[in-house]
Amino acid sequence: MIRTPTPWLIYGSFLLGLVFAIIPLPEPVGAARPYLLAMLLAYWAMEIPLKVGLTTAFVLGVLADLVSSTLLGEQALRMVVLVFLVQRFRARLRFFPLWQQALAIGLLLINDRVVVALIHMVVGSPQPSWISWLAPILGMVLWPWLFVLLDMARLRARERS
Amino acid sequence: MAYAGKNPSRTSDSALSTLPLLLYLTMASALMVADHRDGYGQIARQKMAMVTGPFWSLASSPVRAFRWAREAFALRSQLQEDNERKRHDLQLASARIHRLNAVVEENLRLRQLLGGTRGYSLKVRMVGIVDIDLDPFRQRLVLDAGSDGGVEVGQALIDSGGVLGQVVEVTRNRATALLVTDPDHAVPVQVARSGLRTIAYGTGHSDQLVLPNIPQSADIREGDVLITSGIGGRFPAGFPVGVITGLRADKLRLFVIADARPAAHLERGNEVLLINNLPVAIDVGPPAPIRPAGVETKAPVADAKTGAEH
Repeated sequence: MIRTPTPWLIYGSFLLGLVFAIIPLPEPVGAARPYLLAMLLAYWAMEIPLKVGLTTAFVLGVLADLVSSTLLGEQALRMVVLVFLVQRFRARLRFFPLWQQALAIGLLLINDRVVVALIHMVVGSPQPSWISWLAPILGMVLWPWLFVLLDMARLRARERS
Repeated sequence: MAYAGKNPSRTSDSALSTLPLLLYLTMASALMVADHRDGYGQIARQKMAMVTGPFWSLASSPVRAFRWAREAFALRSQLQEDNERKRHDLQLASARIHRLNAVVEENLRLRQLLGGTRGYSLKVRMVGIVDIDLDPFRQRLVLDAGSDGGVEVGQALIDSGGVLGQVVEVTRNRATALLVTDPDHAVPVQVARSGLRTIAYGTGHSDQLVLPNIPQSADIREGDVLITSGIGGRFPAGFPVGVITGLRADKLRLFVIADARPAAHLERGNEVLLINNLPVAIDVGPPAPIRPAGVETKAPVADAKTGAEH
């Protein structure tokens, strides 16, 4: 809490996450695209909760809605739910070993898919194909790498300053 | 909130921490309702095009770079071969067009004899696609041209296969098109073989269209080709839309539901054709009563500038 990482690292990672959401991927992989933006948000909400909270989640979600032209507010809702859960279990999540943390993130991402399914049901738009349920699993596998990478980037930035 | 650093009073902790959550959830839901019900999302996306534009061009840049590199480093022999093949294709295509021109003229004459007005002067323009993956549950495309380039809402899109969709949102230098397979999309079609008119709806899956409410006695079968009927005036008549892949009864067993495979190449292409169709006069309402012979009918034949000018 004493030393927050440089803002460009936070916002830069969010920008990358936004671009990743719409970068073209081949057909079957595209549906199982891991929700990188939510994972980044979870990381920052876990590490610097005073800077990245529900407000950031909401604003980022609306931005993501605009960029990937989803129903306005859909991703905002998903992000807010995700960050709220991270905040609730933050004390435990932070001190989990990495594999256990990955498991917890996987559960959060699965919950996120459930939220999507609910929203689609209420709005009446078609349900995503079953492949999209692989996205949380991919996200879970990706989490340790992302975590270590971001930790290293923060360390590097701190050393430099 | 339950942070180690912060130390709020314990009593109101849980009540206070859910308050902002509820606030944001309400806001997000309000946004969704506003977008879904009243289409405010379109306005928001138009206003925020300045923000989304850079993201789109950034995300599509790897594919663009790849395409450029492939062209830049292509071998001379490959290019020659490519060139040869294209020339061959062009010759074939122009031969076919010459034959078709005769048919068009004949068709025009026949239509004028009938006093029909269903014809359009067809103008086509090639537009690039911005290569990005939008929301996978909505079938949309981003076009690399906008209102500055003369794109308008409602213009039809085709590719070499058939009807692709129509433009629904236009910003200054980008436009969004709704594909025929989007669940919000419907296109008036006609079975080429029997002339049966119906409507093809999108399903949200990029390889399927659905045609509900077909009477059981209707002349339609598997393998039939669907073409646009031109009714409604948005899509010019005669472009292929899809092929019937199967027929099934609806829940009440009163009507038949047909499934179709879209004719257009919906998986990524580089470019699409944007049609400026200038509707001359559209057949609306019941057919005109038959006048006694000798009386001049006021059918707008004279100003019907039908035909295909490219």
